[in-house]
Amino acid sequence: MKFEKVSDGRFRLDVKGYVCPHPQIYTKKALSKIESGDHLEVVFDNPSSGESIATMCDNSGDEIVARTEDAGHFVWDIEKT
Amino acid sequence: MDAGTRKRRMWAYGLVGFFLLISTSTYAYNEYYIYLSVYLWFGFIYGMCLQYGRFCFSSAFRDLFAVGVPRMVVGVMVATVLFALVSAFVTATGLSTFHAAPTSPHAFIAGLIFGIGMVFAGGCASGSLYKAGEGNGVSVIVILSISVTQALFADVAGWTNKLVPASWHESAVSKGLAPTINAGDGWVDQYLAGYVWDQPVLTYASMMGMSDHSVQGAFLGNVLVGVVIPAALLLVVVYIIWSRKSFMRKLTKTKSTTNWRDDLAGYWAMISASRRTAIAGLILGVFCGLQMLVTQGLRVKFGVQNAGTLLERMGFDFGLSVNGTVFDPGYWYVTTQEAQWVGWVFNKLGAENMDNIYFGFVNGIPNPAINPADWMSLALIGGAAVMALLNNEFKFKKPTWELATWAMIGGALMGIGSRLGLGCNVGAFFVRVSQGDVSGWIFGGGMIVGAYIGVKFFNWWTERRMAKEFAGVEI
Repeated sequence: MKFEKVSDGRFRLDVKGYVCPHPQIYTKKALSKIESGDHLEVVFDNPSSGESIATMCDNSGDEIVARTEDAGHFVWDIEKT
Repeated sequence: MDAGTRKRRMWAYGLVGFFLLISTSTYAYNEYYIYLSVYLWFGFIYGMCLQYGRFCFSSAFRDLFAVGVPRMVVGVMVATVLFALVSAFVTATGLSTFHAAPTSPHAFIAGLIFGIGMVFAGGCASGSLYKAGEGNGVSVIVILSISVTQALFADVAGWTNKLVPASWHESAVSKGLAPTINAGDGWVDQYLAGYVWDQPVLTYASMMGMSDHSVQGAFLGNVLVGVVIPAALLLVVVYIIWSRKSFMRKLTKTKSTTNWRDDLAGYWAMISASRRTAIAGLILGVFCGLQMLVTQGLRVKFGVQNAGTLLERMGFDFGLSVNGTVFDPGYWYVTTQEAQWVGWVFNKLGAENMDNIYFGFVNGIPNPAINPADWMSLALIGGAAVMALLNNEFKFKKPTWELATWAMIGGALMGIGSRLGLGCNVGAFFVRVSQGDVSGWIFGGGMIVGAYIGVKFFNWWTERRMAKEFAGVEI
């Protein structure tokens, strides 16, 4: 697991290789640390975590502004409300 | 279509072709193989559904406690209600293959151990199978751990005999089982014959004074009282605690006041929120019921009660239980066939494991290549792989040491929980609840508490990891 600051207001959480529940738990914790309006880019490769992260964002109001997917590799850009 | 997509599709079609070849060639060799092919194709459908809906019982309660996501609880309840309705019809027509299990606190303790294990492992018993089909190496370790732990646990004796209460030992020995079965030696043997078998077998229909096989008992007792009402109430609790707040927050952006109709709309919005999960739940529920119907139909056609008779007719007599049976539930099941194939390997390596109740008296250890339930599990992995390949989600993932460790610990706990509960999240919870078996909800209760404990532990564990990562990042 790797969490880093990419630029001002932009962070990246890399949880490739992790299975449930790690990606969704790390995403929740990372979102709780960053400021409102900041972006979190989540990189993961566990498809079922995507369903949970999407519902989690829907419930919290955080917006998934971009999603890319290629051969089981997912990159989601989440804007914290 | 790019080259990668074309290649993945070719693999998917190749897998379907492989299973078709097995079905047709074995049927051409002997018509009895159709019985095994039924297991195979239902397993294949389950695998496709589980992968499509990311359907994992583990995440039902784990994600609720960990990240407040209710989608999988909804999916599991939808599948359970649908399975209950279809199988009530099957039961009322006298074609059910289901036998209720004994009810006592053992089911809760088993569920508790299983629940902790499934959170540690990152997936339940069925979830690990479908994730193995996505190419997930961690899930393969979980499957191995469940399988080996069960095979060892079912046959453990020696010092564990000292942990057996005298009353269990006396009761087990007094059962007078076949001479080749040593019911008085081994912890699990004495637990089964000396304790579990002495507990009452309860269904909601029988508790209401109705027969399980009557229309009234099947639909009113076992489905309405045993499944629909508790499932609806459970979802009400989930809605109030985890879903209502966010629904009302969105609603109050457009409305100044809310009323009970809005709550009904919110309840329905929660149920229909994840289309994939709900669709998977619907299909799983219907096909689980249909499997019972088709299997029982074949039993009537071939004039048998158990696949052991068919295997014997085909000339396979190794690994049958002392009663001439093999594990042949006639419905979706996961863990026993996992224990069987390792039990078979151990036996081939010289272990004397046919003198215990689990293998020797009830389930047998047939060659995995002709074990009906193993056909179902292998095809389930194959079905999940096909769906993942078609959806561009297949990826080989090598496990890290951290996840491999959790997988082994979690798998071992699930293996022990399965044997104590006589089944896993599918056999001891999903199937039993759907059939109105009281022990199903008791196992489920334990599983929920176990999931809560597992999540609490993982919250602590991930918080430590995150603290280290955040230390070097300026927010």
